[in-house]
Amino acid sequence: MRHTLSVSVENEPGVLSRVVGLFSGRGFNIESLNVAPTLEEGVSLMTITTVGDEQIIEQIVKQLRKLVTVIKVVDLTELKAVEREMVMLKVNAEDAKRAEILRIVDIFRCKVVDVSVDELTLEVTGDHGKTEALINLLARFGIKEIARTGTVAMKRALQA
Amino acid sequence: MELTGAQIFLECLRKEGVEVVFGYPGGAIIDIYDQIPNYPFKHILVRHEQGAVHAADGYARATGDVGVCLVTSGPGATNAVTGIATAYMDSIPVVCFTGQVPTPLIGNDAFQEVDIVGITRPCTKHNYLVKDIKDLAFTVRQAFYLARSGRPGPIVVDLPKDIMQTKAEFIWPEDVSLRSYNPNLLPHTGQIKKVAKLIEQAERPIIYAGGGVISGGAEDELTWLAKSLNIPVTATLMGLGSFPGNDPLWLGMLGMHGTYAANMAINNADLVLAIGARFDDRVTGKVDTFAPKATLVHIDIDPTSIQKNVAVHVPLVADCKSALSALKAEMEPNLDAVKAEEDHAVWVRQVQQWAETHPLRYKKGGKHIKPQYVVEKVYEISNGDAIVATEVGQNQMWAAQFYKFKKSKSFLSSGGLGTMGYGLPAAIGAQMAFPDKLVVNIAGDGSIQMNIQEMMTAVCNNLPIKIVILNNGYLGMVRQWQELFYNRNYCETCMDAQPDFVKLAEAYGAVGFRVTEEKDVVPVLTEAFALPKTCIIDVRVDPEENVYPMVPAGASLTDMLLV
Repeated sequence: MRHTLSVSVENEPGVLSRVVGLFSGRGFNIESLNVAPTLEEGVSLMTITTVGDEQIIEQIVKQLRKLVTVIKVVDLTELKAVEREMVMLKVNAEDAKRAEILRIVDIFRCKVVDVSVDELTLEVTGDHGKTEALINLLARFGIKEIARTGTVAMKRALQA
Repeated sequence: MELTGAQIFLECLRKEGVEVVFGYPGGAIIDIYDQIPNYPFKHILVRHEQGAVHAADGYARATGDVGVCLVTSGPGATNAVTGIATAYMDSIPVVCFTGQVPTPLIGNDAFQEVDIVGITRPCTKHNYLVKDIKDLAFTVRQAFYLARSGRPGPIVVDLPKDIMQTKAEFIWPEDVSLRSYNPNLLPHTGQIKKVAKLIEQAERPIIYAGGGVISGGAEDELTWLAKSLNIPVTATLMGLGSFPGNDPLWLGMLGMHGTYAANMAINNADLVLAIGARFDDRVTGKVDTFAPKATLVHIDIDPTSIQKNVAVHVPLVADCKSALSALKAEMEPNLDAVKAEEDHAVWVRQVQQWAETHPLRYKKGGKHIKPQYVVEKVYEISNGDAIVATEVGQNQMWAAQFYKFKKSKSFLSSGGLGTMGYGLPAAIGAQMAFPDKLVVNIAGDGSIQMNIQEMMTAVCNNLPIKIVILNNGYLGMVRQWQELFYNRNYCETCMDAQPDFVKLAEAYGAVGFRVTEEKDVVPVLTEAFALPKTCIIDVRVDPEENVYPMVPAGASLTDMLLV
């Protein structure tokens, strides 16, 4: 199962390689990774999505907590959380297909961020399911390029 | 008053109460060496940096204190890596200080530059590069704190040359707490009650003790638990000495080369109390068939050890001493010693019967000296009071099997990493800590050659270490595997081309003995042990003797090959 882990770390050199090295050294997978500073000085937040059975995820969480520079690990999968990732894709859009692509853009609330004679560059934000769905839908038009961020996530205020 | 970085560093060692440093100088660390004569601790000059780390490790294992080593940048640091990984796998508190090129040169492929923090990241508990003189004292303080607290382990601190030359005020940080590091020490009361109940109800309990009992200082509590509740005890290689090896409840080591009794007891127990152990593959054999009838209780300080290899029923995260003390406090008031004794009497009898039918044994009376016989005699002549270091392989297993360790911290062996060449430098570390104790290194002819250069370190520091080489002319453990599982294809394991160890001892200024007949084993060992000098005793043993019992890798513990 796919898990989203929110990992607060000391913002210091080498902290990313400690985390990444832990995953590679112990044979865990990182599906996506996002790191950025938080409001608190000296603290960065990593959002890591990973796949594994319950025992593997438990090991990952415990191993992360064991790292001296890791302050806190939360498995958001067990909580109510909002998740977003952003994808930019360049899709073939000859005249005949353009209208339909734009309809999909509309349905998915994407933005067109660049246009050329036979291509559209789209930007979409959403959870992993939504971006995957869009990619699947646009595949038949021919996606020429794709760039996507890792997931960022946040616990919902109301957990009830 | 302002001090240089080198002086601040050494002041920190003084504050930490360091008595011995094992090291090797070089260009990047020379500023520290320049100041060493002004400080009270002893510096032991090794002959190879791997030896420095193993010696610090041996010192740490024998004393329970932090071992300290000091090496230079580049090759000095990379030579130390095997020692660091050895300490990491066995959770030994060692702090290794490495020199580094000046900060402006870092990343420029400067002379003797290596990214040792990057290299050692996966084999240290934590590591540091000090880039600002203001961080120096706090970093050294943290390094010692991290090395010894929680689950102990090695720490590397990389010290750039320019930082050692910069001047600053020396401020010793009193507070060393870290927001991101809180080793959870206290046991959960509910879990303690649960474990107590399980022990009360168990008919066939067994204690499986590991190195955590020793590093947690929980030997007395363990002995109380076993003796007052009449529970047999087995231990891992790392746990040897945690329970007296001459006690009737002692079953010997378990696992691949464990005793028949220990492995059968694990297989038939209805309750296994794993204390400070980590269910290593050399212990469990095939995981699915490990302790099939038992409820598993796992006490360990490190949450990652729990549910890693084996699914346990009752986990208890705490250091062994707090956990067992809490257990004692819970159980002692209602303890009916007579009842406890009776409850497990049938089981203990059964276990002892296994021990009687298949004790540790070897075939006697052949034309060769048996290596096991030599270890037995080392045990007898030393009264079981020696500190025994080992190399890795057959010598290590025979030492573990046939030397009965009465006290903890008396067996120094590379368990997790299995580092050949560990024993001699580790013995140096132990002898430095205990100058008046008998320190014996049980070695093989292969292993001893991996750090033989440390003979010079032992001799020039007048360390009367006794190196007993069980010389079979083979890399014996690999040869044993080839014999049993690879159609006797002894590819590259015959090492009978070897130095004359007696002359080699003499060349180093030590004393050498050779023993080729069984009748000479006792007199020669007795003579050597009484000499106040470094000695090599080269015992020519049966070249094709095997270590038994043996559970083939990946097989169940009950599938033992016996003598």
